[in-house]
Amino acid sequence: MAEQARVSAESQTAAASSTAVSLDFRKRTRIGESVIQGFLFFCGAVSILTTLGIVFVLGEESLLFFLDERVSIVEFLTATSWQPAIEDFGIIPLINATFITSIIAMVVAIPLGLGAAIYLSEYASARIRGILKPVLEILAGIPTVVYGYFAISFMTPVLRGMFGKDTVQIYNSASAGIVIGILILPLIASLSEDALSSVPRALRQASYGLGATRLETAVRVVVPSALSGIIAAFIIGISRAIGETMIVAIAAGAGPKNFDLSQDNLFGYVLNPFVAAETMTGHIARISGGDLSYNSIDYNSIFAIGLMLFIITLLLNILSRYIVRRFREVYE
Amino acid sequence: MTTNGGISPQDAKYALETRDMHVYYGSFRAVKHINLNVERQKITALIGPSGCGKSTVLRSFNRMNELVPSARVEGKVFFHGKNLYDSNVDPVEVRRRIGMVFQKPNPFPKSIYDNIAFGPRINGWQGTKADMDNLVEQSLRASVLWDEVKDKLKESGLSLSGGQQQRLCIARALAIEPEVILMDEPCSALDPISTLKIEELMFELRRQYTIVIVTHNMQQASRASDNTAFFLMDNDRAGTLVEYGPTEQLFTNPQDKRTEDYISGRFG
Repeated sequence: MAEQARVSAESQTAAASSTAVSLDFRKRTRIGESVIQGFLFFCGAVSILTTLGIVFVLGEESLLFFLDERVSIVEFLTATSWQPAIEDFGIIPLINATFITSIIAMVVAIPLGLGAAIYLSEYASARIRGILKPVLEILAGIPTVVYGYFAISFMTPVLRGMFGKDTVQIYNSASAGIVIGILILPLIASLSEDALSSVPRALRQASYGLGATRLETAVRVVVPSALSGIIAAFIIGISRAIGETMIVAIAAGAGPKNFDLSQDNLFGYVLNPFVAAETMTGHIARISGGDLSYNSIDYNSIFAIGLMLFIITLLLNILSRYIVRRFREVYE
Repeated sequence: MTTNGGISPQDAKYALETRDMHVYYGSFRAVKHINLNVERQKITALIGPSGCGKSTVLRSFNRMNELVPSARVEGKVFFHGKNLYDSNVDPVEVRRRIGMVFQKPNPFPKSIYDNIAFGPRINGWQGTKADMDNLVEQSLRASVLWDEVKDKLKESGLSLSGGQQQRLCIARALAIEPEVILMDEPCSALDPISTLKIEELMFELRRQYTIVIVTHNMQQASRASDNTAFFLMDNDRAGTLVEYGPTEQLFTNPQDKRTEDYISGRFG
């Protein structure tokens, strides 16, 4: 018996070594693989290089602007009048207008967007969700110029009808802000809905199992659990509202709302959303559409505004990343 | 065929009684003709192979099946003489009286304290902060978790180990003072030591609560339950109750050939 076993073991070893000889482990070069890898790297690099290029151009032109002897960076950040014709470069009126329209947009979009998201994720049946989500996405695909004319030909008359023609100017921040809110509503609703849907079913079941109603489950369990995603959606919405150009260019006003705090009423004029005002983006669009001569101080000033916009949205994006990391719930 | 095994109605009072219950998911009948009486302050184990409908039966006791949009229950489930499926019964109230512990520990991403306080708060808690502190402590003591977490009640429930999380979920269910606790394979995601702790805890809880537990683990059913119900998928793939009786009898002297085959490991 033992002899037989030894013989068979030997023959097995022999068989194993004979197959080993036919194996070839030499390295092969696969050209297709390297080409694809190179191409994919190129795709990734393009977006990074573009961003770097934009930062470079913004920085270079802004530097020319700030190095000009007629410009002081302190005045740029603190003065409340922007009139390039008389060399007043105070960005605050533009930032003020941008913040007013964006805040109005968020006041419209956050409650409606979150409400829509809660409805879609917690209440709607699969059939209704299947209809509503695509409709929401179509809303996101409408060109913003259409929204701009919607603001001036529909929203502005509505506001003037409600508050009186003396109160509401033809061009005003409120109308533009509300319509920006409508524009970013689908974005906020869709991103918040994604965050709500990714909350594990087990948490909802636990809540129902304790005798919670649908509303209690949505408000006390699902929304808090998805909070980081919802806040990130809000911040992306704010960035979008700040960067929105066409609506404000058409409906908000065609000149900076310059002010002097010693003379102008803070709430009656400076923060009044029914007064015409020009945002940072609106100003860039209007000025660059005119006959600006290359390398004039006016021309360089729009890059300084662009840099400011870039910094604001960058800070918001960093904040959103921080919030998502800080408050992300790990469920398991 | 009688499915009530050795338990006759006059022996004990029942916490839950089903009468010819069927559960459907869409047009598919998941379980059929379930007649099962759950004894008060006993541990009732539901066993059977995968897909035999034991979890479906468990979830019909507190109307959790309704969360699946296509699910439908026919027949009656009596609780204190009241049919839980009457049109005027509020499922929210049912779930308050009949609590549930799930297969995978599912604490809320909140602090340990807030996990326990969640149930009382949504059910209209009126007491003071000190009362709530007290209730949280009692619930955690009842689930034998207090000594392990008393110094970190403000920490997230998710920071606990799996076994601790499951005991937290039990404490959370106890905090609303239900009469019945349904457990859906509560130990299947736990290690043997945590499993043993949960089983010991069940014996403690039996003094006050009626427990129904679904388990895949026959050893668990045989050592940790008073009565056992054995389910099996019928030819039409609908789950049916094959045999129900005192656990010792069901495991040592099964009346039905299929039960004997299953518990002796011939299939399943």
